[in-house]
Amino acid sequence: MANYTYEHTPDRGATAGVLAYLGTACAVLLLMMLVGLLMRLEQAQIIDLGANWFYELMTLHGAGMVGIAGIAGAAVMWHFLRQYVELSPAIFMANLALFLVGVAMIIGSIVFGHFHAAWTFLYPMPSKAMGMWSQEAAALFMGGLLVIGVGFLLMHLDIARAIIARYGNFARALGWPQLFVHDDGKAPPPTVVASTMVTIVNIVGLVVGASILTMMLVNLYLPEFTIDPMLAKGMIYFFGHVFINATIYMAVIAVYEILPRYTQRPWKANRVFLASWSASTLMVMFIFPHHLLMDFAFPQWMLIMGHIIGYLNTVPILVVTGYGALMIVFRSGIRWDMASRLLFLSLFGWAAGAMPAFIDGTITVNYVMHNTLWVPGHFHTYLLLGMVAMVFGFIYYLGKPAQHVRESWLDRAAFWGFTSGALGFTLSFLYAGKESVARRYAVHLPEWLPYDRAGSLFAALVVASSLIFVLRFFSRLGAAGRDYARAPLAQGAAA
Amino acid sequence: MMQEIAWQLSLVLMTLVALGFGFVAINSGVRVEDYTPLQKRAYRIRSKLFWTLVAVLGPAMIYTLLDLPYGTSRAGHKAGPAQVVEATGHQWRWELSRDRVVRDQPVEFRVTSADINHGFGIYDADMHLVAQTQAMPGYTNTLRHTFTADGTYRILCMEYCGIAHHNMMSEIKVGSL
Repeated sequence: MANYTYEHTPDRGATAGVLAYLGTACAVLLLMMLVGLLMRLEQAQIIDLGANWFYELMTLHGAGMVGIAGIAGAAVMWHFLRQYVELSPAIFMANLALFLVGVAMIIGSIVFGHFHAAWTFLYPMPSKAMGMWSQEAAALFMGGLLVIGVGFLLMHLDIARAIIARYGNFARALGWPQLFVHDDGKAPPPTVVASTMVTIVNIVGLVVGASILTMMLVNLYLPEFTIDPMLAKGMIYFFGHVFINATIYMAVIAVYEILPRYTQRPWKANRVFLASWSASTLMVMFIFPHHLLMDFAFPQWMLIMGHIIGYLNTVPILVVTGYGALMIVFRSGIRWDMASRLLFLSLFGWAAGAMPAFIDGTITVNYVMHNTLWVPGHFHTYLLLGMVAMVFGFIYYLGKPAQHVRESWLDRAAFWGFTSGALGFTLSFLYAGKESVARRYAVHLPEWLPYDRAGSLFAALVVASSLIFVLRFFSRLGAAGRDYARAPLAQGAAA
Repeated sequence: MMQEIAWQLSLVLMTLVALGFGFVAINSGVRVEDYTPLQKRAYRIRSKLFWTLVAVLGPAMIYTLLDLPYGTSRAGHKAGPAQVVEATGHQWRWELSRDRVVRDQPVEFRVTSADINHGFGIYDADMHLVAQTQAMPGYTNTLRHTFTADGTYRILCMEYCGIAHHNMMSEIKVGSL
């Protein structure tokens, strides 16, 4: 077995481009969190917006959160990947510019055009508006998604180019020579392996997504060009599943890069690591039928494949990444600050969220829980308590004024507020799902209101805590761009 | 009830994950400088964890495949001919060919949609979801269910379909005809 030792890599500040990504991500994230809070307050019947507003906000919240998760994940990946490969800052910025154009189109379609077919825009709903929105509003929404998708595709093509230029091909960048031939300890670093995986799956996912969006745009103006609804649904969920999962696989790079700096212990790409990332590359692409388990007409072998991969998919999360974090932190003398706390929490959130998720992917469970609040319950666990916590950990790391600065009580209170708020918020969803509360309902039955009210309270705590995280980051933007040591030496570690 | 099992199992597994992270966080303060022995021990524990997961999740994954709601497997073995209910989703109402069925005799719901995607969810009198399938234009999903208790069941839409999605409800009575 190859021997792995920790090699110190100096902490670097973020480029202006990465800061622009993170600034945009933080601002939109907060806004979308507020929109989410409004939705919960409406369901709890604490406020009265009306169904029209609720579904418009729901469409905005879904599209906005998926997009901004992509932007935040891309910022993390790009920041660390540029240590190893030569990336194009111009293309990176072009993606952000296209993203902002797409966001403006989506906001226009919802706010001015009243489009509210949800971010999943299931065919043929955008063209069957029942007078609720215009053809132009639907085109603006789907066009906005298409523009955003093109931006991300450009960025991933540039990353693919850079990885191939440095490593020769994707197989080498995934460490296949070390995995299948001989582990000489010289596999590419985890950041490169993860970025390669994300690039492969997202290029495929984005092309599929862009294809169905284009087909639906054609259908919008040429109704005689029809699409098989099952094919459309499969393509939409393939794209959606791959893209949102890729955001976690991008953001987890922050954990791979930062926790070793805090513990002075290596997180290397050994054979188990390489095997799990290669397996995840395939599983992320082939798991998507678990969104279609209640479409009985879908090919049954694919539904069973979705069920099986749902179980297999939990293994790398638990045994490789989650366990890997536990290994390097155990008896490491790590100094707990906001960055290390949030990054450690994020892996708990990811691993914990995977539990109700794989249970939901069990066909017989899905039969009575599909499209109940159980679903937002599990995805908010691994996205909010997982992916978003990774991003918050990253911004605290970037903005940390010096190695041994002690955070204020306000930041620590916000950490515990975020943790307890996110746990309470997701558990209120999960409990409501257990009680069969249907998902995406503007108006809830009286017996469902207690879960909504509890959820609203916890959501407010999450928003308040996140506001502190974000304000702290904005106040430290200057420091975030400079190169200096941020990660403190572990207690008792040899200097 | 399946929902109760899913909830309790999730809580147990999430708690185990939390305990693992909590244990490591508590034991993170005092550093062991030589990482190699720790690493070797951790790899041995990881192997055990992996095989435990295989031993627990593997049979669970296979066992839960034995009673799928597809095809003729579910409720197919119950006595008597199936009572057929044609169910069509519209924005925003359900059209049912009949709204009364008999208990303990299989019911075959042939579910489709006249316009966009809907979800056909059957709720019992306590508002717990007992069965569902998607309603999709151009396709018919056949849902077989045998009601074991009399009462008024509600049909709710389980796939977002627009402004009145939450109002798209209907009823089906189970009892003597």
